[in-house]
Amino acid sequence: MASVPTLVSSLNPATTSDDVKRAELSEIDASTKWPALFLLASAVGWLLIGTLFALISSFKMHSPDFLGNYEWLTFGRVRTAHLNAVTYGWSVNASFAVAFWLMARLSRSVLRHAGLLIVAAVFWNIGVTVGIFGILAGDSTSIEWLEMPVYATPLLFLAYALVGAWAVITFRFGKSPHIYVSQWYILAALFWFPWLYSVAEIMIIFAPAGGTVQALVNWWFAHNVLGLWFTPIGLAAIYYFLPKVLGKPIHSYYLSVIGFWSLAIFYNWAGVHHLIGGPVPVWVQSAGIAASFMMIIPVIVTAINHHMTMVGSFGALKYSPTLRFIVFGAVSYTLTSLQGSSMAIRSWAEVTHFTHYTVAHAHWGMYAFFTMVMFGSIYYIMPRLLLKEWPSAKLISVHFWATAVGITLYVADLSIGGVIQGLLLNTPVLAHKFGLQQGTDPVPFLDTVKATIPYLKWRSYAGILITIGHVAFAVNFVWMVARSVQTTKTEPTLFRSPPEMEVTAQ
Amino acid sequence: MNRAPLIFLGIFLTLAFSWTGIVLVNQIGYGSLKPVYNEDEGTAYPLQTPGLAARGKLVYEDLGCIYCHSQQVRRPGYGSDIERGWGERQSVARDYIRERRVLLGTMRTGPDLRNIAARQTDPTWHYLHFYDPQITSPGSNMPPFKFLFETRKVVGQPSPKAIQSKLPEKYQPKPGYEIVPTERGENLVAYLVSLKDTYAYPETKNVYVEPKPEAGKEEKK
Repeated sequence: MASVPTLVSSLNPATTSDDVKRAELSEIDASTKWPALFLLASAVGWLLIGTLFALISSFKMHSPDFLGNYEWLTFGRVRTAHLNAVTYGWSVNASFAVAFWLMARLSRSVLRHAGLLIVAAVFWNIGVTVGIFGILAGDSTSIEWLEMPVYATPLLFLAYALVGAWAVITFRFGKSPHIYVSQWYILAALFWFPWLYSVAEIMIIFAPAGGTVQALVNWWFAHNVLGLWFTPIGLAAIYYFLPKVLGKPIHSYYLSVIGFWSLAIFYNWAGVHHLIGGPVPVWVQSAGIAASFMMIIPVIVTAINHHMTMVGSFGALKYSPTLRFIVFGAVSYTLTSLQGSSMAIRSWAEVTHFTHYTVAHAHWGMYAFFTMVMFGSIYYIMPRLLLKEWPSAKLISVHFWATAVGITLYVADLSIGGVIQGLLLNTPVLAHKFGLQQGTDPVPFLDTVKATIPYLKWRSYAGILITIGHVAFAVNFVWMVARSVQTTKTEPTLFRSPPEMEVTAQ
Repeated sequence: MNRAPLIFLGIFLTLAFSWTGIVLVNQIGYGSLKPVYNEDEGTAYPLQTPGLAARGKLVYEDLGCIYCHSQQVRRPGYGSDIERGWGERQSVARDYIRERRVLLGTMRTGPDLRNIAARQTDPTWHYLHFYDPQITSPGSNMPPFKFLFETRKVVGQPSPKAIQSKLPEKYQPKPGYEIVPTERGENLVAYLVSLKDTYAYPETKNVYVEPKPEAGKEEKK
């Protein structure tokens, strides 16, 4: 840990630090202040709303009478409102902010047309609000990940187009001759998403394709929202913050390039694994399974690259909140991706498909990986936008432990419950395969439901823990924005003081 | 060296690849699959969803039933769908060609509903089940849908649609009141009692079935 981090040294492997660049960087940060602040504040708001919807739906799964008389809050709607609030509200707002903040920094270009971004952000949030209101009111399309009613989606698309146009402008005005891998990911994500979204909206909602082709489009879109939008943004953030906080370059530039292209090639075929055994052509299912399996390459390559960057610096996890969240996210990315590949195996999908196991997997990816990385990024970005520090290290600590323990409990609990559910659902066929049972009578369906109830209850407890973390985060966030600069200390807010100040660069 | 155009080309081609393979090829391949005309019956299968049921499907969509109920039956030997009586055969692409919105679903918190009309033909069962699932299925975690019913004062003749006489004691309304399904409730039940794929298409006739171990015979492990 002898390396002395500076703001610039790991920004770009080719740059050397000097004060001119440091000044330039703070100018860039200052130019991003208002749009970034608006997006992040909206993100935190949606996080709380989405968490509330999550708790309600989780309680309903084991206590169906809870709020049972309100049509607006019936399970099918409130669960959908949860998904849309945390996906399009929290995650997309946060990823917009992180993406363009990174883009401005890495392109070494001050943010031009900040107004454009603010307009886009306002449109986006109006769109999400209208969409979620529509879902609760009963206008959901019932297409997974595309539930927002038709009167909300054009607004979202418009907002998105503005953000994309802005990113290309910034990239083109960039001064840096080198394109860092984070920029590859962000540019790719910004290009892929509107393509996916417009094709899916047209072929499912506006001019529906024939029969189960819709299902193929649906899962081509829905899996790629994760794989080609959230994953690239999350990885871009890891690739930036990991070396940045540690003050040393990424382990291998070469590996990061392999990781990028293998992800680009394989991920976008993987979505069909959601339809294994379904009424769609078997060859396309097989292609999806193969692609899901090939995802092992980018995942392992990226894991090696991140791990080798961390080697020798694990001690820094004790001090830096950003690093701790980012590393938790990076490890989760590896594990959940490998789990995802295994879930595509036909005989394993036979058990886990249609069960809570899939729900656990989805949260492992979207929460333990993506959301944790966004938390880490926000802890880094906010002090640079506001030029003041996080008010409370304790709250950060509560945030980390509540969410980290909460999501681990969530995933473990629901995975076990899901496998039990799957095995019970699939008797007697599976029982025969394993030679466990002779008879041909299936386990009564209601018994498969009853067997999952304890796990669903534990999911609610895990959810409460995660909620505590979110409240701590939100309090810290609002407190930070609200308090005046004069009263603040100037050192970064760390979990504890490191022995030598220069080893951390929170 | 400015490699941006090259990177962009790669970014474009990768998604173009799956878009072509998953979306375009399949849309061309079976996106305009036609119904099968049965000359003996003079009917084309799959049948068009009747009007009331079609409106019920919209209720099914707006309540989010899909998040707990799938509508696809897996082939014999893969899962226990057939053994559970969820269908006589596996679902095939042709079953869905008349549907403007395909609701395959990915979750089975509740049972598959593709052939619910073949199992529960009685609308009254569905009304009781919707009013409170505990009546028909104790221990279920399906929410009650009492908001699909209206408790109202009996004016003149009691409604023939009233269901309170079938409800257990604790659900009884005040004397002089009756519980009737709303229009949305009626439509939803009409949809459910219309849901079945029983017609045997050419492609459903020759399906490989994994041989089952013979009953009564000791299986060696």
